[in-house]
Amino acid sequence: MAQIRVENLRKSFDQFTAVHDSNFTIENGTFFALLGPSGCGKTTTLRMLAGLELPTDGRILLDGEDVTFRRAAARDIAFVFQLFALYPHMNVEQNIGFPLKCQGMARREARERVVETARLLRIEHLLSHKTSKLSGGDRQRVALGRAMVRRPKAFLMDEPLGALDAEFRQLMCGELRDLHDRISATTIYVTHDQHEAMSMADSIAVMDSGRIEQIGSPQAIYDRPASMFVADFIGSPPMNFLHFEAGLQSGDRAVKFRDVSVAVPEIREQRSVGPLVLGVRPEHILFSDTAPMRGRVFGAEYLGTTQIVTVETEQGRIKARLSSRVPVQVGETVGLAFRPDGLALFDARTGLAIRTASHGSNGHG
Amino acid sequence: MAKVVLRHVNKRFGHIEAVRNLSLVINDGEFVVLLGPSGAGKTTTLRLITGLETPDEGSISIDGRDVTRDSPGARDIAFVFQQYSLYPHLTVYDNLAFPLRSPARRVPEAAIRKRVEQTAELLHIASKLGNRATRLSGGEMQRVAIGRALVRDPSIYLMDEPLSSLDAKLRAELRLELKRIQVELGATILYVTHDQVEAMTMASRIGVIKDGELLQLGTPREIYEDPGDRYVAGRLGTPQINFLPASLVPEVTKPSGTETIGVRTEHLRIVKANGGGLIGRVHRIEHLGDQNHVHLEYRGQMLVILADPHKPLEAGQAVELQLVQPLYFDAAGRRVAATIH
Repeated sequence: MAQIRVENLRKSFDQFTAVHDSNFTIENGTFFALLGPSGCGKTTTLRMLAGLELPTDGRILLDGEDVTFRRAAARDIAFVFQLFALYPHMNVEQNIGFPLKCQGMARREARERVVETARLLRIEHLLSHKTSKLSGGDRQRVALGRAMVRRPKAFLMDEPLGALDAEFRQLMCGELRDLHDRISATTIYVTHDQHEAMSMADSIAVMDSGRIEQIGSPQAIYDRPASMFVADFIGSPPMNFLHFEAGLQSGDRAVKFRDVSVAVPEIREQRSVGPLVLGVRPEHILFSDTAPMRGRVFGAEYLGTTQIVTVETEQGRIKARLSSRVPVQVGETVGLAFRPDGLALFDARTGLAIRTASHGSNGHG
Repeated sequence: MAKVVLRHVNKRFGHIEAVRNLSLVINDGEFVVLLGPSGAGKTTTLRLITGLETPDEGSISIDGRDVTRDSPGARDIAFVFQQYSLYPHLTVYDNLAFPLRSPARRVPEAAIRKRVEQTAELLHIASKLGNRATRLSGGEMQRVAIGRALVRDPSIYLMDEPLSSLDAKLRAELRLELKRIQVELGATILYVTHDQVEAMTMASRIGVIKDGELLQLGTPREIYEDPGDRYVAGRLGTPQINFLPASLVPEVTKPSGTETIGVRTEHLRIVKANGGGLIGRVHRIEHLGDQNHVHLEYRGQMLVILADPHKPLEAGQAVELQLVQPLYFDAAGRRVAATIH
């Protein structure tokens, strides 16, 4: 298995730049997710890593070796498309063994490899079964087996679970991650689904318009988003944005939000007066009769232990996640208070996060 | 709006019993959601109420009148389908006005205008009335489709997964809108879906349906907190409720007849080892931002537990578990009442 390094990678199609100057390193054995909306450049990045697309500029290093212009077949990387693509006329063993047969591997050796792969995937008992008779989950496992059997240096996966319904996708996420833990293969996984990325990846790169906005662990990206784009893309419901104008002093522990003083993590930047955004995750909002910010309850959505309450305020609709034990009446006026530790501040003009104490420590954010 | 009553309705297609002995009352102004997987009989139920299918047995009445044998046109029902199915050559205005312009209704044009404008206002598409239906976003198209049902004042609105073709963000927005509109109009709605979030967030009452049979009917909170059987318990809640064979937790006192214990992910607490017997080992931690899903192994069984994202835990660690509000089920999967302490 391998380390993958990307240096100043860029891809242009005529006038359009699909990927701008990307830089990242994926350490050996990491599960790395490229996450972003459609058209953000995540699939183009993956295709360049696979050798299906040649970069306009920059380098790709596989275990230190420059493979930028090497053919796809010579890169020792397995590309997993939609997991369901199996050969219907072959049995499981033939499906998994197919790449080895193409390589011309001796039959006995190939057979050993197939059995070993099937054991890792826990489908040994299915080797002689026809693929058309398999359940959805087993077909996915066979498709994965076909990618694994060559023992590639890395796996590249492009929305492999995209076509599945929500419950089955959740199940397969768990399985893919468990498999990763067993074989520790460097994996790059492209998705537009934040839940898939959060649930499986060690590290996530969030992309927008061809640029990587942030790279970090799922929790770091959630707790300390580098930009409003990331804050909005991760989390459901997404972070609430409250616009205001103010100046900031390094060391401040509160901001002047309109007429109200709002406690925030200690600010580490100096700013003259300008448009700012206070970012509040729904779970960091409390209802408080004494809070100066007021709003009218527009709707309450019961979700079991928690409920999402939408409140109409002068700053627009705000969504709060509260315990479902809190009684809420549509139409009633409520006061909104924020837990200071979870708050984020952004520069409204650039959309970038303003540094606070939460960026300094590793713990709370 | 009106009350709709189904009594002992049966419908078979060949050997398949699509709907079995279904009795259901949808009260005036109520938002009832039938929740079930595909093939459960949800859509058949809607088709029986509209008159597109006729029951083999049982009766259907609307506002006290037996309509079991009435033609669909005579039943005064509005239907919203999963696909928008708008008239692409017409404007939003004309799409909304279409049901009112039916020759059978003979609504004067001035009354139509008033009704269409009111509906567009309600759905926040008033500024789009002059647009061609094809020049709209997906969310707007679905609003128009819902609007086309709302311009009429039928006894009941029947909705067949109307939000399922939309993306997650839009779906969340329209859920809230639909609920607001229903409350504002006092509309009676029967809505079918396989999406538990839609059911929980919009319904006055949820009917959990499986293999043509209504398993339980109740408010979202009743269904979630007080499920009548194992299937219903597993139907609501993400991640799914944990089921443990009773024999795996001999330490826990349970009512007699208990075969399986159901514990929701938020009702399994991880505590400091305190000499208790329920010791599990952390297998994997999923970081989802506002919460962590801790997968852990307990006596050979995998359990999922909801935990605070900043609770220090790591794979391989041994932890003690506490069961809060466990649900007990017998061998047939029926709920066993907890013994009173």
